Amino acid sequence: MIKFSDEKLKKVDEIIARYPEGKSKSAIIPILHLAQEEFGGWLSPETMDYVATILKIEPIEVYEVATFYSMYNLKPVGRYMFEVCQTGPCMISGSDNIIDYIKKKLGINVGETTPDGLFTLKTVECLGACGYAPMMQLGKHFREHLTPEKVDQIIEECRRTAAANN
Amino acid sequence: MGKLVLLEKAKVEGIRGYDVYRREGGYASVEKALKNMTPDQVTEEVKKSGLRGRGGAGFPTGMKWSFLAKPEGVPRHLVCNADESEPGTFKDRYLMEFLPHLLIEGLIVSSYALGSKATYIYIRGEYAWIPDILEAAIEEARANGWLGKNILGTGFDCEIYVHRGAGAYICGEETALIESLEGKRGNPRIKPPFPAVKGVWDRPTVVNNVETLAAVVPIINMGGEAYAKIGVGKSTGTKLLSACGNINKPGVYEIDMTISVEEFIYSDEYCGGIANGKRLKACIPGGSSVPILPANLLLKTAKGETRMMNYESLSDGGFAKGSMMGSGGFIVLDEDQCIVKNTYTLARFYRHESCGQCSPCREGTGWMEKILKKIDMGQGKKSDIDLLWDIQRKIEGNTICPLGDAAAWPVAAAIRHFRDEFQWHIDNSEECLVRNYGLAHYADPLEVPATA
Repeated sequence: MIKFSDEKLKKVDEIIARYPEGKSKSAIIPILHLAQEEFGGWLSPETMDYVATILKIEPIEVYEVATFYSMYNLKPVGRYMFEVCQTGPCMISGSDNIIDYIKKKLGINVGETTPDGLFTLKTVECLGACGYAPMMQLGKHFREHLTPEKVDQIIEECRRTAAANN
Repeated sequence: MGKLVLLEKAKVEGIRGYDVYRREGGYASVEKALKNMTPDQVTEEVKKSGLRGRGGAGFPTGMKWSFLAKPEGVPRHLVCNADESEPGTFKDRYLMEFLPHLLIEGLIVSSYALGSKATYIYIRGEYAWIPDILEAAIEEARANGWLGKNILGTGFDCEIYVHRGAGAYICGEETALIESLEGKRGNPRIKPPFPAVKGVWDRPTVVNNVETLAAVVPIINMGGEAYAKIGVGKSTGTKLLSACGNINKPGVYEIDMTISVEEFIYSDEYCGGIANGKRLKACIPGGSSVPILPANLLLKTAKGETRMMNYESLSDGGFAKGSMMGSGGFIVLDEDQCIVKNTYTLARFYRHESCGQCSPCREGTGWMEKILKKIDMGQGKKSDIDLLWDIQRKIEGNTICPLGDAAAWPVAAAIRHFRDEFQWHIDNSEECLVRNYGLAHYADPLEVPATA
């Protein structure tokens, strides 16, 4: 059985309190973000069912939301997910080369995870960083003006952080 | 140098924090509005200012506000649309990141005008670090008496909440945003009823873009009439443009809508010319949904007049020979860029973002993507160009929300202006894999200095 920590449960209450009385379903998107962060970086059926019990709604109401929005992972992903933008403005600024470079460097294709479970490569559509292209989302932040050298540094940085936390 | 009313203080050190923002004159519009004006007077000033929605549609903001139903005993809500997702657009992000208090100030004044005691900022999920910035600004505003109960002793109560989405372009459409805010899939609603009558939780709701709401601050400070004097004609005030693509200085710029497109691209004050000394081929001037224009039609209208950076001039010539100001996402393509590939990535974007509710959009965006991909890969057939044209015609106007139109327009404009490039791809299936079509007759008429 999964369960939020007391601290996170307090956060859940804070989120629900943002919406009018009786409209707690509105909290579903922020709570799914919280659940994804807490429970392994993806939304398992168990996690979604748990969110349904918190909000006192049917599990299907959670599934239909979780499957609609692109930021929810419905399968396990690596500890670091490289989400590289490939839409027009990034494409004309060289995003294809960056995607190819990451593929080669990590030895994986788009949608795959490295065998050590550290990296997942994903292509995404416009993230709103068009002037700072090519770019990717890494966790909470954007990494912009990407070059092969910068990609190398990011990979190193992730490996170091992972090693330090193990 | 045009007049700046939004970004004037953007470079002041520490402006993100309350103390510096206040010292620089911040929150004066809240004092003025709440102490000396009625809510209707605030709306009146916004009407006088001629402010048009900065999210893309350009609808007059004051008029939108005046549609808000005010039934007795039913709460009303203002929702700030920060779901900035139109490819090429990143101006709201800039505003929220660097001038969060400007948005909060605008939200308080606008909430007062509309009678919203609980106002929401719906921000796109990918801007994951910005809610922290906004929430810090909200806390500072509350600590200094600008939010909460009985603000400035006027009896007006207001709270602002940040609601972060989870990745869906469609939630920038106001009824999809409302569905999403209610905790559902972002499927747009059939209108009427309009949000002004039945919006979030069936309550009267106004949804406005970040930049629109920030612009309320200078409007109240200087007065609607003075604001209307900036700019030209019905393009009043200033507009934020996010410039990207093959230019020397990508970034966010505030213009007063009296400069030409040519000046915007080539002046060092703005884009600084085309990168690497290349020549301009084409431009999508208002976010990916608006028609792409070849250089010659971008810099001059079909009548041969200088094209200006404002709502009217950019749309001069209609869709056949003009484009739109849209969201201000200014995407520049140099001579090396492939129009087919660019159009393909945009078609892929719209297929990815279609909510799937209406068949013309759900099916049509997928077909357009597939056909464009084929042409891009040198596997196109002669009939494909007409087929693409036919599909986009069948999407446009046949869907609940404007995403269908937004998906159709880029394809239509690319074929309209660059048909020979599509044809070349089909006729030269191997050559198109190793080189691009180039400039052809789209070339800009300008002499570009070698050092640019």
